[in-house]
Amino acid sequence: MEILVCVRRVPDTSENEIRLNDAGNDIERDELVYSINEWDNYAVEEALQIASRTGGKVTVVTVGSEDDEEVLRRQMAMGAHQAVLLADEAFDGSDGQGIATILSAFVKKGGYDLILTGVQAEDGAGQVGGMLAAMLDYPFASLVNAIEVVDGKTLRVGREVEGGNQEMHEIDLPCVLSIQTGINEPRYVGMRGIRQVASVPIPTLGAGDLGVDPASVGRTGARVTRTDYFVPVLGKGAEMLGGSREEIIDKLIELMRANGGLK
Amino acid sequence: MPRIFTYIEHRAGVPDDTAAELAAAAARIDGSAAPTAILAGAGPDLAAAANALKATHAEIWTIAADALAHPNAELARQALVAVLPPGSIVLVPHAHFGLDLAPGLAVKLKAAYIPDVLAIEGLESGSLNVVRQEYGGQVSAHVRGDVSSGAVVTIRPGAIKPQPGASANGTVVDKSSTVGTLSARRRYLNTVVAEVGEVDITKHAVLVSVGRGIQDQDNVKIAEELAQTLGAAVSCSRPVVDAKWLEKSRQVGSSGKTVKPKVYLACGISGSFQHLAGLKGSPFIVAINKNPAAPIFQVADVGIVDDVLEFLPELTTRVREIHGA
Repeated sequence: MEILVCVRRVPDTSENEIRLNDAGNDIERDELVYSINEWDNYAVEEALQIASRTGGKVTVVTVGSEDDEEVLRRQMAMGAHQAVLLADEAFDGSDGQGIATILSAFVKKGGYDLILTGVQAEDGAGQVGGMLAAMLDYPFASLVNAIEVVDGKTLRVGREVEGGNQEMHEIDLPCVLSIQTGINEPRYVGMRGIRQVASVPIPTLGAGDLGVDPASVGRTGARVTRTDYFVPVLGKGAEMLGGSREEIIDKLIELMRANGGLK
Repeated sequence: MPRIFTYIEHRAGVPDDTAAELAAAAARIDGSAAPTAILAGAGPDLAAAANALKATHAEIWTIAADALAHPNAELARQALVAVLPPGSIVLVPHAHFGLDLAPGLAVKLKAAYIPDVLAIEGLESGSLNVVRQEYGGQVSAHVRGDVSSGAVVTIRPGAIKPQPGASANGTVVDKSSTVGTLSARRRYLNTVVAEVGEVDITKHAVLVSVGRGIQDQDNVKIAEELAQTLGAAVSCSRPVVDAKWLEKSRQVGSSGKTVKPKVYLACGISGSFQHLAGLKGSPFIVAINKNPAAPIFQVADVGIVDDVLEFLPELTTRVREIHGA
């Protein structure tokens, strides 16, 4: 089975405290730790496991810039057979629909049986997989937490739904699935593995190579644009306890008693 | 002004709570016209859900087909594309079914897709201005969507408060005949119901809940020791289950259990909206997290910026001293 996994490099929210820049038009990107989007990492692992059972290759692709090569290499070190970078100035500022448009042009140039994305990215909202499927007119399932290959034409997939229940579906190939975290245990990638793929060439394709109309993507094509960032205020905010750890613990115990958490 | 539709999820003849939230969202876009509710389904359940909306909606469109009895977004999308007028704004709950339905619906309607909206600031000369969150809720963004060719907007459940509306005495319009034969390349099989674990976290008054900040499976025992001392149970957020450090039955959140404790100790939990969706009944929330920007501090009652691996053992020791005294 030929499998394509769409991945992204994102600031790692578990490693970073995200702050706004002084202008308020972007997050402060200096000193941010970037990594593979967590959902995408599970998607690559799932692709590798399927390919090892059915045969075939796993390709990873991203829409981005040279900086994003590091995540493509990391996924090759994990076992992906090849990687492609889709980069062009015309792609800058694309909204979700723009990204899906670029990816769909790339998919049409290959012969993939199965296309995986992560459910969402750290800075996204779970949109690219579903839009890509609709553009390709492939069937789609989101929040996938189990995949079983029935035969060369069909998969049986589980979707994670309310309350931890799992909705089972049969889906025809080719299809697009968005992968939920926890579907597998992604393998560890060591420095040695990354060194081994350090010089593997990664082809770069632009708008011309893909036959993408530059006006349909990037800032020009975007119908959904961010105007600024701000720090959210959801509730009244917590009463922050200060002082020494000992003082904080005493205060906390008092509060827990008052609220029924300690007899 | 574009016509506004709200896509209503329903179960066993009862509209989902999000129905009223979508109506409130619609009123934020256009306060002068009531939105049209649209429901897909089959049989008496669909009719009952549509009737239940009469009190609050002026017009309710139903699409009935046997194939729509079970959740299948591909079929629902075909049905919606067949009945929706061009240029409509369609509001959909940003939940498990909406994630399946809405992105592809936007593509097929050639409409803008504006996902996971928390607040609507209004419609101004063809642009819909909304608020979204990024980076797990650490920052928010103002977002502008060009809705001149219509839009599909998903609304985060619980984010927009329902408003008491005027009594509507609405009419139900059956649109089923507009929809041709539905056929999908995806077929619903069955739903596997989540298992109940050996510890039922929904029954506990106090929960010591651990997140990614616990860092390692071996550290879960730090929370277990505190829980034992407090007579509490250990629950967790999603990353802990993904890492297989605790059973799925311990997970609090929209994809896990809904809990109603009196006191909730969120230990090393960032506080994603999916996690918070599982917390009901206004518990007293204590958040302990190294990251002062963690969204959990916005909803907690009490916040402590500290490393849970150091803080929890000291708290356990202190509680034991008190109990011993």
